[in-house]
Amino acid sequence: MRVSLFVTCLVDQLWSSVGTSCVAVLGRAGCEVEFDERQTCCGQPAFNTGYRREARRVAKRFIEVFEESKADAIVSPSGSCTAMVHHFPELFSDEPRWCERAEAIAARTHEFSSFLVRVLEIDDVGASWPGRLTWHDACHGLRDLNIKTEPRRLIRNVRGAELVEIENAESCCGFGGTFAVKYPEISLAILDQKIEAIERAGVQAVVSGDASCLMQIGGRLSRKGSNVRVMHLAELLNQT
Amino acid sequence: MNQLSSETFAENAKAALADDQLRDALRHATTLFGKRRSEAAASLSNWEDLRSQARAIKDDVLLHLDRYLETFVQNAETRGAKIHWARDAAEANAIITRLVVERGARNVVKSKSMTTEEIHLNAALERAGMQVVETDLGEYIIQLAGETPSHIIAPAIHKTKRQISELFTAELGMAPTDDVGQLTSTARSTLRERFARADVGISGVNFGIAETGTIAIVENEGNIRLTTSLPRTHIAVMGIEKLLPRFADLDVFLKLLPRSGTGQALSTYQSFITGTKRNASDEGPDELHIVLLDNGRSRMLAHPVTRQSLACIRCGACLNSCPVYQQIGGHAYGSVYPGPIGSVITPQLIGIQKAAQLPYASSLCGACREVCPVKIDIPRLLLHLRVQISEKQRNGRTKERLAFKLWAAIMTRPKLYETTAIAARLFQRWFKLPVKAWTSGRDLRPIETESFREHWRRTR
Repeated sequence: MRVSLFVTCLVDQLWSSVGTSCVAVLGRAGCEVEFDERQTCCGQPAFNTGYRREARRVAKRFIEVFEESKADAIVSPSGSCTAMVHHFPELFSDEPRWCERAEAIAARTHEFSSFLVRVLEIDDVGASWPGRLTWHDACHGLRDLNIKTEPRRLIRNVRGAELVEIENAESCCGFGGTFAVKYPEISLAILDQKIEAIERAGVQAVVSGDASCLMQIGGRLSRKGSNVRVMHLAELLNQT
Repeated sequence: MNQLSSETFAENAKAALADDQLRDALRHATTLFGKRRSEAAASLSNWEDLRSQARAIKDDVLLHLDRYLETFVQNAETRGAKIHWARDAAEANAIITRLVVERGARNVVKSKSMTTEEIHLNAALERAGMQVVETDLGEYIIQLAGETPSHIIAPAIHKTKRQISELFTAELGMAPTDDVGQLTSTARSTLRERFARADVGISGVNFGIAETGTIAIVENEGNIRLTTSLPRTHIAVMGIEKLLPRFADLDVFLKLLPRSGTGQALSTYQSFITGTKRNASDEGPDELHIVLLDNGRSRMLAHPVTRQSLACIRCGACLNSCPVYQQIGGHAYGSVYPGPIGSVITPQLIGIQKAAQLPYASSLCGACREVCPVKIDIPRLLLHLRVQISEKQRNGRTKERLAFKLWAAIMTRPKLYETTAIAARLFQRWFKLPVKAWTSGRDLRPIETESFREHWRRTR
C-alpha cells in the first residue's frame, strides 16, 4: 500500500524521530511511504483560536498538496492533526466545491495507530522494548476519532513491554494548544494530576499518539527531575 | 458578597488555584459525581439511545418553540395557572416583586433554581423589603455565607464540612460539630420555621409539558415539595426552552437527568404540578403563577449553531467532567452558569464583550460532550464563540490577529516555512525564545539538529 506521510509541523520541527520512526514502522508493515515536502501545517492553531479565515487558507493549501498524491492513504502520527483534517469540511460550509474536496481528503486521512490496526489489520509490528509503560489517551484521538483499543493492542504485542493503566488515562493533560500559554497556571494544574498518576504507576515511560501532549507531559517530568521518559507510539514500535 | 466578574477570569482562576481547601473539596466532589454518573449511565443498556432520543425531542421543541409555548400556555391557563411573559431579567423581577407585594407578603421561601439566580431575583426581592430564604441545603449554606452557587446542581460544592460547621456556628448559634447529621438537622429545623411563616413560595422548573400544561420539578430534599405546596401562592420561574411536547417524554428525561447530575436512578422527589387545586377545600396553594423568561434565549434560538445551547437540562455533568472546572471551581468563571456550558451560555446571555475570556477557558478536550445527556457539542459551540470574538472583538487582539496572519502566510509557503523554521532554530540556540508562559512550569524539548524534512532529503 502506498502511504503519504503527513508528518505535522510539530514533529517536523521539534521531534523528527517520530517522523522517521513512522516511516520505518510503516515500511516494516509493507507500506511504500512518500513525503511531499510542500506540506506544512493542518491549520489547527488558527482554527482552535477562532481565526477561521487563516485556518481556511492553510487548509486549502493542505488539500491542494495532498490531492496530488496518488497514495492510497494519508497517515499522520497525530490524533489531533488527523481530527483537524476531519474537521476541514466544516470550514467550507459556504464553499461547496471546497467542501467536497475536503471530504475526499478527510476520508483518506488516518491516524497512525488506527491505520495500522483498522486499515492494515496489523497489531504486531515485531517491536521489543523491555520495561513498564503507560498509555496516555490524547483527547482528540480518543474523542474525535474513537481511538482507544488500537494503540493498546499494538503495545501489548511489543516484546518485553508491560502496559500499566493509570486511572486518569483518558483525562486531558492540559495542553490544549494556545490554552497552555493563554492560561498556563490552569494548564499546569491539570497536568500535575496526570503527573501524579504517572509517578504512582511506577513506569519507565509514558507513551501517547500526539507529540503535543508528550511535550507537555515530558516538559513537566523533566522539570521535576523525573526519570520517566516520554515516547511517541511510533518511536516505541520502532524499537526492535 | 464576593461576586467575581467574568472579565477577570484569569485572575480569578489564579486565586482559586492557590486555595488548597477549595481544590481538595473540588477534587473530592467532582471525582465522586463523575464516578457515580458513569456507573449510573452504564446501568442502562440503552443510554446512548436515550441521549439521542432526548436530543431529538429537544431539537423538535426548539424548532417549533412558538407552537409548543402556545399549547403549554393554553393548557396551563385552562387548569388555573396564571402566565406571565418576561422579556428579560428586569421584567421578570418586576413581575415577581409586584405579585409578592400585591399579596401583602413579607416572607418568601425559595427552592433552588438557576433561572432565579440568572435574574438575581433575591436581590430584587430584598430591595423591595422581602425576607427571602433559600431552602435547598446547599443554597441555604451559600446564602448564609453571602456567596453565589459554584455548581449548577451542588451550589456549595466548594465548601468543606468544617467551613459549613464554622458558618452555622456563627450564623445559627449552633455548637461547633463535624457531625453531618447534626449540621443538617440544625438547618432543617431553622428552615421548617421559615416554611411555616412563608406567604409565597418561588421555584424553578425542570420541564414544562406542553400537552398538559404541567410543570415538573425534581429534587432530593423535599424542600421543593414544601415550597410549592405550603404557601398560599406559588410562583414558578421557567426559561422558555424548558418545554417538552408530551408527558410521555418525561420517561426519557427523568432517566437522563438524575443519572447525569448525581448518579441517581431517580431523584427522591418528583413534583408534577398541573394548574391550581380543583376545590377550595383541597390542600395546596390558591394560586399558581408561571413566569416565562426569555432573557436572551430567543437570540440563541435564532442561530442554527447556538440553538443547541438551549437543549441543556442543567444536570451539571459537564462541570464535573471538565479538567478546568475540576481545578478552579465555579466562582472563578464569574458567571451564574459556570463550567463548559456556562462558558457557552454566559457570553450569549450577558454579551460576548463581558465574557470574552470564557470561551477560551477550555482545552477543547471534549469530556463535556462525552457526558452531556442531550449531546450538546460544547467544544463546537466554544469554537463558534471564539470565531465571533476574533472577528468582532478586535480591541486588544491586534498582536494575536497579526500573528495569525503572518502564520498563515508562512504556512502556505513551504520555502518560507522552512527558512523561518531554520531561523527560529538558530535563534533559539543562540538566544532564548520568549516562551515564558511555557517554561514557567515546563522544560522545552532540546533543540533538534535537523528537521524531519532535512533528514528525509539527506537519506533519500
